[in-house]
Amino acid sequence: MTALSGIRILELASERISFAGKLMADMGAELILIEPPGGDACRAFPPFLDDEPGQNRSLYWWHYHTSKKGIVLDLDTDEDRKIFKKLIQTADILIEAEPRNRLDDLGIDYRELVGLKKDLVHVAMTTFGRSDPRSDLAATDLTILAGGGPPWSCGYDDHSLPPVRGSGNQAYHIGCHFAVMSALTAILHRELTGVGQFIDVNMHAAANVTTEAASYAWLVAGATVLRQTGRHASISPSMESQVVCADGRYANTGVPPRFPPEFRKLLDWLTELGLKDELPEAVFLEMGADWEGPFNLSLIGEDDKITAVFKSGRQALTLIASRIPAYDFFFGCQSVGLSVGVINSPEEAFEDQHFKERGYQVEVEHEDLARTFRYPGAPYRFEKTPWRISSRAPELGEHQEEVLAKLLE
Amino acid sequence: MSKALSAFRICDFTGQLAGAGATKWLASFGAEVIRIEDPVRQGRWDILRGNVPFVDDRRGIDFGGAFNNHNTDKLGITLNLRTDKGRQLLASLIKCSDVVTENFAKGVLERWGFGYEQLKEINPEVIYVSNCGFGHVGPYSGFRTWGPIVQAISGLTFTSALPGQVPAGWGYSYMDHTGGYYMVMAILMALIHRQRTGEGQWVDLATTEAALGLHGPTLLDWTVNGRASRQDSQPSSNRSQWPVMAPHGIYPCKGDDDWVAIACRDESDWQSLVTEIDEQWCSRDAFSSLDSRLGNQDDLDIQLGLWTSGLDKFDISQRLSAAGIPSSAVQKPEERIDKDPNTGSFGLWPTVRHTKMGEVRVDGQPVHFSETDWAMKRGAPCLGEHTQQVLTDLLGLSKGEVEELRREGIV
Repeated sequence: MTALSGIRILELASERISFAGKLMADMGAELILIEPPGGDACRAFPPFLDDEPGQNRSLYWWHYHTSKKGIVLDLDTDEDRKIFKKLIQTADILIEAEPRNRLDDLGIDYRELVGLKKDLVHVAMTTFGRSDPRSDLAATDLTILAGGGPPWSCGYDDHSLPPVRGSGNQAYHIGCHFAVMSALTAILHRELTGVGQFIDVNMHAAANVTTEAASYAWLVAGATVLRQTGRHASISPSMESQVVCADGRYANTGVPPRFPPEFRKLLDWLTELGLKDELPEAVFLEMGADWEGPFNLSLIGEDDKITAVFKSGRQALTLIASRIPAYDFFFGCQSVGLSVGVINSPEEAFEDQHFKERGYQVEVEHEDLARTFRYPGAPYRFEKTPWRISSRAPELGEHQEEVLAKLLE
Repeated sequence: MSKALSAFRICDFTGQLAGAGATKWLASFGAEVIRIEDPVRQGRWDILRGNVPFVDDRRGIDFGGAFNNHNTDKLGITLNLRTDKGRQLLASLIKCSDVVTENFAKGVLERWGFGYEQLKEINPEVIYVSNCGFGHVGPYSGFRTWGPIVQAISGLTFTSALPGQVPAGWGYSYMDHTGGYYMVMAILMALIHRQRTGEGQWVDLATTEAALGLHGPTLLDWTVNGRASRQDSQPSSNRSQWPVMAPHGIYPCKGDDDWVAIACRDESDWQSLVTEIDEQWCSRDAFSSLDSRLGNQDDLDIQLGLWTSGLDKFDISQRLSAAGIPSSAVQKPEERIDKDPNTGSFGLWPTVRHTKMGEVRVDGQPVHFSETDWAMKRGAPCLGEHTQQVLTDLLGLSKGEVEELRREGIV
């Protein structure tokens, strides 16, 4: 049993909406991906299998289209629009990120579709929403994020360096997360009432409300956060939190020790490593370990003793990090109860024992290549209705006959 | 009030953005979300409760601006779970709830006697969604995390950087937002399944795993081609990986910390940009094709940056957009919140009424539904604000009994 079994979704292929389809298809929805003749542009996106381009060799395509069935329709023709309209009558959800007026121009927008399928849930994703003409302007992941806020908060203490856009097409991911949350909310409502609806997803707005303090510091207090290296953008500068370890890798020391028992454990660890004598500030760490009564964090910067003790925690962590490899530092910090993490590259994270033991790596068969590949796995572990990649990404028009034959029955 | 989810009741232990952000979505669509908080520690398991930012000079457990932002339209009650009576009241609440949500470290609910096995005994159809950095299963399940640690572990910090620099990471808890989104999806999918079959379940959400899934093509390049993303020099994340584009970056402008993003998707975008710039360097052989621009990207970025640095970021982005080239100013909070014609007209910053803070603007939802749209009216609950209402209306206690519980320190 899967969570979304029996739910049929039509997806109009686009780099913007593909992740939303994958998220629901991997949870058991029947997803029919509709590509134009010649195939969707993403089939030409790198990276490629063995670095050789080819219609079915894009790993980008492979990732974003698991568990989907693929058909080809030329929606610019009457004939194929008729087929699309028949398909809509069998569908529960339509997801698309077409240009703002395209479906209306073709006579297949929600207004027309709801006449064919009265409880349809139509999710339309555009750069600025369906009612803003700015959605017609050219935009990419980079420009959507830049206008929407995330890069303002990301980068370095040195503000002569540009703000940074985190890679991986996160503007599309953010939009897709909201597209899926919306589709599921509407489906649940439809289960209870039989009523479908049209949903307007605004990618610019989605980025805007995915910026944490940058937005609410302004909304609440009229304050502007400023970017800092490797840590939260902030109204006033905070202490460095990224440390370099003996093997050259970085770790994020997150929340430093703040309570006497934490200072004690850190001091013990420092001593155990034989590093106590090398840290001139160890005296303050000892003071923190022996602290009696409440350690009032709000006095940092005002009370000299409290400030020195607090700083000594970070100083001790920086020293320890410089003497041991990043993973040892990560495990050591966690064993003394500190929320610290090693800065992995994606593949290092993927190969980490924790994710392996949780079964995060999954095998997907590519019977056309007579090979099996490891894919990223479940974003959540459902006890009764597990996430599962039911099939590799479709070849162009691979399920044309299967889908259309059933339709004409 | 939106009716999309009004049939559902959530017994909510979430805190911070990663958890509270999730149940905020449900509340904005009409679900009855009841926050359970500890009267002894004054709800401080959510560190945002009494924390910055503040609307004015008032301080205290009911004045945290971020807490208000993440907990709109929820009910708030206090229950002292150290006491038998407190635990009995919680059991009664779980019995009539559809979902129990939490983002504690693993084991916290179990220690109070409300692990998944106990939840099922109380309510056989219950949906339980736990949300923490490493999940409840696996070698690191006892480790502590918060947003930046989840991002460090999962590769998101690494993949946000400029060449020759240390990792920049995300300057905020991107995975608190995103972990919350996955929590919403998990809750809704579990509800859809239960609606159809009557079967509840546990969903173990590890936000590090949700984060790993945001690196799909990078991970396949590793598993299929054996190519690691960690190489001698860190690639610039402001450049495009897929599809390949050049120029593609964030460039300096006239003004204080003002920047503009420009992307040329293809040859036609580049030719349009050349026309706009109209300078000699554009016609160099080094920039004549995508391949040559990719090979000379450092030089290209320097040249383009020299051009942008004398101009206003909004002027450039409007000019380039009019010419069909993807471009946007890097907007500051004030610019995208108060001066952006889109977010304002979309209704993205609704004003809610908080019992003590008064009227405050909050993050809205970036979507609109034609039939059952979201709404945000009420600010976050003050500590125990709805204890009496919930205990009398829902659990059938009398006002006198609630007063007695208050005297005994149970609520």
